[in-house]
Amino acid sequence: MSENILVARNLVKTYTQRSGRFGFGSTQLKALNDVSINLRTGKTLAVVGESGSGKSTLARCLLQLQPLDSGEVLFQGQDMAKLQPNALRGIRKNLQMVFQDPFASLNPRMRIGEIVGEGLLIHGLGDSREQQKKVIAMLKRVGLTEADMQKYPHEFSGGQRQRVGIARALVLHPQVVVCDEPVSALDVSIQAQILLLLKELQQEMALSYIFISHDLRVVRHIADDMVVMYRGQIVEQGLVSDIYAEPEHSYTQNLLAAIPGKHVNG
Amino acid sequence: MTVDLQTKQPAQSLPLLQLEHVSISPKKMPHRLLVNDVSFSIEIGKTTCVVGESGSGKSLTALAIMGLLSNQLTLNGGRVLFNDAENGVIDLTKLDDESLRKLRGDKIAMIFQEPMTSLNPVLTVGYQIGESLTTHLGLRGEHLNSKIASLLEMVGIPAERAQSYPDELSGGQRQRVMIAMSIACEPSLLIADEPTTALDVTVQAQILKLLSELKTRMNMGMLFITHDFGVVADIADNVVVMFRGQIVESGTREQVLCNPQHPYTKALLACVPDAEGEKRLKPIDYSWLTGDHTAAEAGEAMHE
Repeated sequence: MSENILVARNLVKTYTQRSGRFGFGSTQLKALNDVSINLRTGKTLAVVGESGSGKSTLARCLLQLQPLDSGEVLFQGQDMAKLQPNALRGIRKNLQMVFQDPFASLNPRMRIGEIVGEGLLIHGLGDSREQQKKVIAMLKRVGLTEADMQKYPHEFSGGQRQRVGIARALVLHPQVVVCDEPVSALDVSIQAQILLLLKELQQEMALSYIFISHDLRVVRHIADDMVVMYRGQIVEQGLVSDIYAEPEHSYTQNLLAAIPGKHVNG
Repeated sequence: MTVDLQTKQPAQSLPLLQLEHVSISPKKMPHRLLVNDVSFSIEIGKTTCVVGESGSGKSLTALAIMGLLSNQLTLNGGRVLFNDAENGVIDLTKLDDESLRKLRGDKIAMIFQEPMTSLNPVLTVGYQIGESLTTHLGLRGEHLNSKIASLLEMVGIPAERAQSYPDELSGGQRQRVMIAMSIACEPSLLIADEPTTALDVTVQAQILKLLSELKTRMNMGMLFITHDFGVVADIADNVVVMFRGQIVESGTREQVLCNPQHPYTKALLACVPDAEGEKRLKPIDYSWLTGDHTAAEAGEAMHE
């Protein structure tokens, strides 16, 4: 297996915004400006930055959920941006996503069993009995029960819903999981549970994570490598331990200085 | 006409706000206490942080102080004593709507959690800031506009943005507008319900700095609700930890953060990742939460 499971080179993504009075004018906004990243196999790469810095656009573009203007995304050496839709769908089961808002990312009219099993159905993995088995095993692994399959999302708390979101992503046995702020909507106590779960699952299933966050305390805990984004560009990248020890870019220094409660620690 | 707002100060010897045995329950289920026998106080010019998970009753406590509880809920028992400069100590739970309305926005102000939803989208921010100034202080015309401009500048927004609508501002700016609204009449008590939870860390740091500056400048008492111990460490003087509607621990910041006594506080602190990445995360064991334990029983269970 190669060292880098996912490589992105020179990604550019521009949004056209309506502006001015009544939106008659338009401005170009570079959400991604020549962004290149490497995700090492079995490691966690954190993407850090404030809102509007292009973190979530990067996540979507990596999974080809949004078309790129230019640049290439290589998954195991294969450029995904050039694949036909059918071939892309085949490859997608290896790349999954956990979304930020556990309240908005689950269909309220589907049962948990259906939500988690949908990917298996779409990719035609096994017959319905096998799919059922896989769903139950996955739910149990993330700390839910078999009985939960019959329930609807509104019956669960935020932390439990995020577990459902994780189960949905991992039931396909992906190789890369993109986590878009998976814990920022949760209480600290629940946040700790989910972070530990993600770490355990990474070991068990040999996952590589792209972990998007604006909480540098969480990043320090979970990531191996990090990139710092500012206004669509990467301003700094390297090992988490190196960057925390010696941030070079002034924006990174600001971010680190803004961590609340640095001085008093319980 | 200029209005001098700093002439009256509340009596210094008494706390600014004192909650005594406050309990809240749904009207239909008077025995189900959502907030159970909560007592704490806020000193003049100091910040008291209320910490707890979702559902621990921290926001309800804040709403009860403001007299803003939903009709479904009722305050059963307890007193909320507010040390007013003009009228001495008054029990807020005994006041009628009219007198409460006079206090709200004037002596007691509140910042809500969501800057995106708590501003009116069809009114300019200047109008929204000016509303309480007109209502409580009777400011109009020139005086009003100059006061609005100075408030905006105080929170770090250019004065000409008074003409902007909320959707033209960023999240951090909207929260600053909320702060400008709440401090407009220079309240002696400011209640902030997770004012930085929805914001970026860099913006959060700015807002926290702004709040503590304003607190010092206006000698304002602050009730700050949060679930982030990092924020507590930065701004609190006193800390109250709530769990399932009850206070499990309270004390000064140093006592609670550095030498926590209750197992729940310890467990909650162990969940907070540190910036150095040296600490191992330890999630709270919720297995004992399934039954109908009280906080005291839960504490015992966690010892085992």
